[in-house]
Amino acid sequence: MAGLTKSGVVYDARGLVEPDPEPPMTAEIDGDRAVIDATELTTRKINLELKRIVYDEGVNDVTIVNPGSKHSLGVGILKRCRITFEGSPGWYACGLIDGPEVQINGRVGWALGENMMSGSIVVEGPAGSLTGAALRGGDIVVKGSVGARTGIDQKGGTIITLGKAGINTGFMMQRGRQIICGDANDGLGDSMYDGFIYVGGRIASLGVDCVPAEMDESDHEFINRKFEIYDLGTPPELQKFECGKVLHNYDALEPSERKLVL
Amino acid sequence: MCGIAGIIHRDGPSDLGTEITTMLQSMKHRGPDSTGYALYGQPDDLIVVRFVLAEPREYGGFGVEERLERSRAEVESRLAKIGAEVATITSPTGYAFRATIRYEGDLKPLADYLEDIPGCEVLSLGNSLEIVKDLGDAATVLEQYSLAGLTGTHAIGHVRMATESDVDLASAHPYWAYPFADVAVVHNGQLTNYHQWRRRLERLGHRFQSECDSEIIAVYLAEKLEGGVPLETAMKTSLDDFDGVFTYLVATDSELGIAKDEMAAKPLVLFESDGLVAMASEEIAIRALVGREVETRDPYEREVLTWQV
Repeated sequence: MAGLTKSGVVYDARGLVEPDPEPPMTAEIDGDRAVIDATELTTRKINLELKRIVYDEGVNDVTIVNPGSKHSLGVGILKRCRITFEGSPGWYACGLIDGPEVQINGRVGWALGENMMSGSIVVEGPAGSLTGAALRGGDIVVKGSVGARTGIDQKGGTIITLGKAGINTGFMMQRGRQIICGDANDGLGDSMYDGFIYVGGRIASLGVDCVPAEMDESDHEFINRKFEIYDLGTPPELQKFECGKVLHNYDALEPSERKLVL
Repeated sequence: MCGIAGIIHRDGPSDLGTEITTMLQSMKHRGPDSTGYALYGQPDDLIVVRFVLAEPREYGGFGVEERLERSRAEVESRLAKIGAEVATITSPTGYAFRATIRYEGDLKPLADYLEDIPGCEVLSLGNSLEIVKDLGDAATVLEQYSLAGLTGTHAIGHVRMATESDVDLASAHPYWAYPFADVAVVHNGQLTNYHQWRRRLERLGHRFQSECDSEIIAVYLAEKLEGGVPLETAMKTSLDDFDGVFTYLVATDSELGIAKDEMAAKPLVLFESDGLVAMASEEIAIRALVGREVETRDPYEREVLTWQV
């Protein structure tokens, strides 16, 4: 057992790490590759070091070892680069990124890739609830299962889950696609506005205004292409679901025009 | 927000005090207001009574020490009157006490008799359970109560961020499932039909020590156990009876269980190996315990799991 070890980290009264804006300068850089050992670093220090490596040093292939399930790792990287986590990051990993290709060799906690704009995240294990919350673009691939409310408020991009998905997956989804190879729990696509959800397994129940749809050639082409890109093998037989468009107001009026009508 | 943690050693006793503190301290950001433990030591013929006679904020006030001395004497007197023989009685803080007693009778009248003393709250009663809770983070409480080296087979713990009730001992977790020996609960979440269930359970004669919604779970389970319902069944029915978002852990002298509400809105991560089962609101607590990358999983919505110790 690890026991109560002194990490040298200073906490304030609420348990938060004291802000220190200096990167720790501990990464090992070898040409265009770098390794950051996160064992003794706080979230803030890890992210400062990652940004230093990517932006200041111009290194495009960074591996973070021993992430230790710390939260909010790899957030806000707005540059094409490759980031690999050897181990499991905690919650809110890689949120708000725009460009990176992320590989996570482990599992990941809640809200992976929240508000991600472009790039890709591949998780070798399972992911927690709220995976891809408010996703705007890019791809998230989870090779295990995902938790509740995956793709909540999704605005674009694609979430591929090889395992099963938790309750209310696709809740209030507004655009984009989800491919769930396993089972989906209750309330699939509840209150969705738009977008498509494909499910390979059993569906416990559909949410409000989520209805079956016909698969067409473009669906197959899209799914096959994504599976090929991420080397996921042959996709299973999938059912397609979309918004029934009876729950929300889907007229084509501008707000000013609606006021006139009302 | 709050954080919860649990640990079971299936291959024999371990230093529970240090281990569960390690887990709770790593989740300090989830709740720095108070920390609590339900520690299951080696079962003994003696019953361990953990009780408090005042809130920490009262301690040190004018005349409080004299009042506490009188209350402590009254506790000993009442224990003798009800037929309990006191083996030891100690106080690590001046307001929180640990007594070991020999007692063959029913626990409910004993607890009621003690709690009739003004300011007295019985935190736990049992042959192996000891509930310890106080204000501050886990490291502070560990030191204050000398919990390092306290060996046992399983434990649950809680770090609290006060949201709907006070920062005090009465609102701190764990809650003992009065009047059942060795049953304790910790909870993360919010029960929205708290008042409905409180009125219902009060009409059935159950007592509440706090205004905290989490206490409902302990009292609810106590009511079910009293009716002969197995723990796991009681936990499953709780998923239908409670509204809100919650994940809770419950422990007895021989079992530890988890229950997660149907919305799965409160986190829990689980690690299971041959010798060790560990669970916590955040994976960081499990990493702090085992010190290496391990495979974990999130229990699903409406999942109830129990383990025999």
